[in-house]
Amino acid sequence: MKAMYQAYNEEMIELSKKNGKIVLLYGDFPRGAAGELFQKEHPDRIYDVGIAEANLITTAAGLAGGGYLPFTHCHSIFAVGRAYNQIRQNVAFDKLNVKIVLCNSGMLWSFMGGSHQIIEEIAAMRVIPNLVLVSPSDPISTKKMTRAIAEYTGPVALRISAPPVPTVYRDDFPFELGKAVTLTDGSDATIISTGMVLSDVLEAADTLAKEGIKVRLLDMHTLKPIDEAAIIKAAKETGAIVTVEDSSILGGLGGAVAEVTAENAPVPVKRVGIKDRFGQSGTVPELKEEYELTARHIVQAVRESVKKK
Amino acid sequence: MAHDEKLIQKLAEKARIIRRDAVEMIKAGDSGWIGGSFSQADIIAALMFHQMKHDSKNPDWEDRDRLIVSKAHCCETVYAAFGEAGYFSKELYKSYGHMGATLQAHTERIVPGIEYSGGSLGQGLSFALGEALAARIDAPKDSSGRPVPRYRVYCIIGDGESNEGQIWEAVMAALHYKVDNLVAILDHNKFQSSGTIEERMNMMPWVDKWKAFAWDTAEINGHDFEAILTALENADRVKGKPHIIIAHTTKCKGVPSFEHKNLHFCKLSDEMYAEALEALK
Repeated sequence: MKAMYQAYNEEMIELSKKNGKIVLLYGDFPRGAAGELFQKEHPDRIYDVGIAEANLITTAAGLAGGGYLPFTHCHSIFAVGRAYNQIRQNVAFDKLNVKIVLCNSGMLWSFMGGSHQIIEEIAAMRVIPNLVLVSPSDPISTKKMTRAIAEYTGPVALRISAPPVPTVYRDDFPFELGKAVTLTDGSDATIISTGMVLSDVLEAADTLAKEGIKVRLLDMHTLKPIDEAAIIKAAKETGAIVTVEDSSILGGLGGAVAEVTAENAPVPVKRVGIKDRFGQSGTVPELKEEYELTARHIVQAVRESVKKK
Repeated sequence: MAHDEKLIQKLAEKARIIRRDAVEMIKAGDSGWIGGSFSQADIIAALMFHQMKHDSKNPDWEDRDRLIVSKAHCCETVYAAFGEAGYFSKELYKSYGHMGATLQAHTERIVPGIEYSGGSLGQGLSFALGEALAARIDAPKDSSGRPVPRYRVYCIIGDGESNEGQIWEAVMAALHYKVDNLVAILDHNKFQSSGTIEERMNMMPWVDKWKAFAWDTAEINGHDFEAILTALENADRVKGKPHIIIAHTTKCKGVPSFEHKNLHFCKLSDEMYAEALEALK
């Protein structure tokens, strides 16, 4: 178990040794290991602009205009919610090479409550032209994603969740931006998930296998551009899809998958995620139970979908 | 010390040309922001044709000085200045504001020489701050270990757009990081979209606000080339803090019958077009 932000920080340390163009910008946000190392090793390449998310994003855009590779860090709710226009206008509009790290992403973040749990980041970020939106699911995929977006030239938003998550992938796992990962194959239904819910999805798949329902699992780590080919193939070959996300099903992964299937291969799509509600304080298991995000809920959704085929 | 009269004459002539070309552009596009575009024209002429180091043959020269016009709707005199400086053909003026044109109705980075895509107000100073910070990374250091920035950044902001809170976020951060290669210029033309600054959102006194944030400040007549050049040179000498020039300007300066009117976004009738061209002969 490791938090995705820890894996991200470790990778940033590695990247900063090799790429002298990387600069970090914070909005009065805990810096963690990567920030401390940057402060020590590259004091000229780290900025904390204070509690000012709009200025954070646009200043990063200016640094990209000046030839550098900025990564911005602040709570996702405030990057997306308070600096939406800056992300759209100052970063994405000109395809500037800014990486917007959406820290404490998603709604499964205990204690802080509904004001800090973001349900709308996938919906808001995936409709911005030019912006790539990625959402790794475990510590290893977080590292690989961090490297991939640093190597990609252009604007990217990266979802990083706060709670520790199990390691699912191996270090040598091949990984490609924009290409969904097929974790298990099956013909009865497909589960497509994104972000930190992957271990719940794996648990659900085990339970379903014991019942004789063999599911295909797709980790949709790149939400924009979404892997349409993998979705269409899954719809045609398995006939039913369940999406799982720690985000609003309205416009989120569920919405994105439904758009693709509706136009290309109409099949039942059942969306497991936040159902048009705000979050609240609680532990991760409590929140998963209350917002119907446990393996049990995923199993139930697959059973219902298979019946609709 | 007074500046060379020939220099002043040259800049006045450049200002006349960019205003005249802007009139042609606004006529070709059938709309434009004549008021705010003309109030900043003399400042832009002084920057582009004297103060700034830049090269129209090499628009992406890494060490060029940057001009960020945050009030990006006032794009016509900006385009005209870059066109006059040879960054692109003046043929482009004819398609200004038309579908598929390079010269869109707010400045965009796609245009050679243009650094900043605006349109959403209050953001340009933050962008300029980022560019100014970038100029200090990997820069040579002076004897006291301070970076000698590779270039300077000039940012024109509007009085109306200063209503936006992000302006003041950038003001804080620029001082915090002691950014002395950033010069903000307030085009204080006294109007915002729907009326006078006084009527809409009175932010006076201006200088006190910037002084309260500990910026180095100057207050000038933004149509007096001697004053503009002196202010820009003084700004160059400021160390350890950013600098703001509050430039008192006249909306629609250059066409006497339009001056002091709130000609913000407007169309030019045939009569107005003829009158403007006559004034800018």
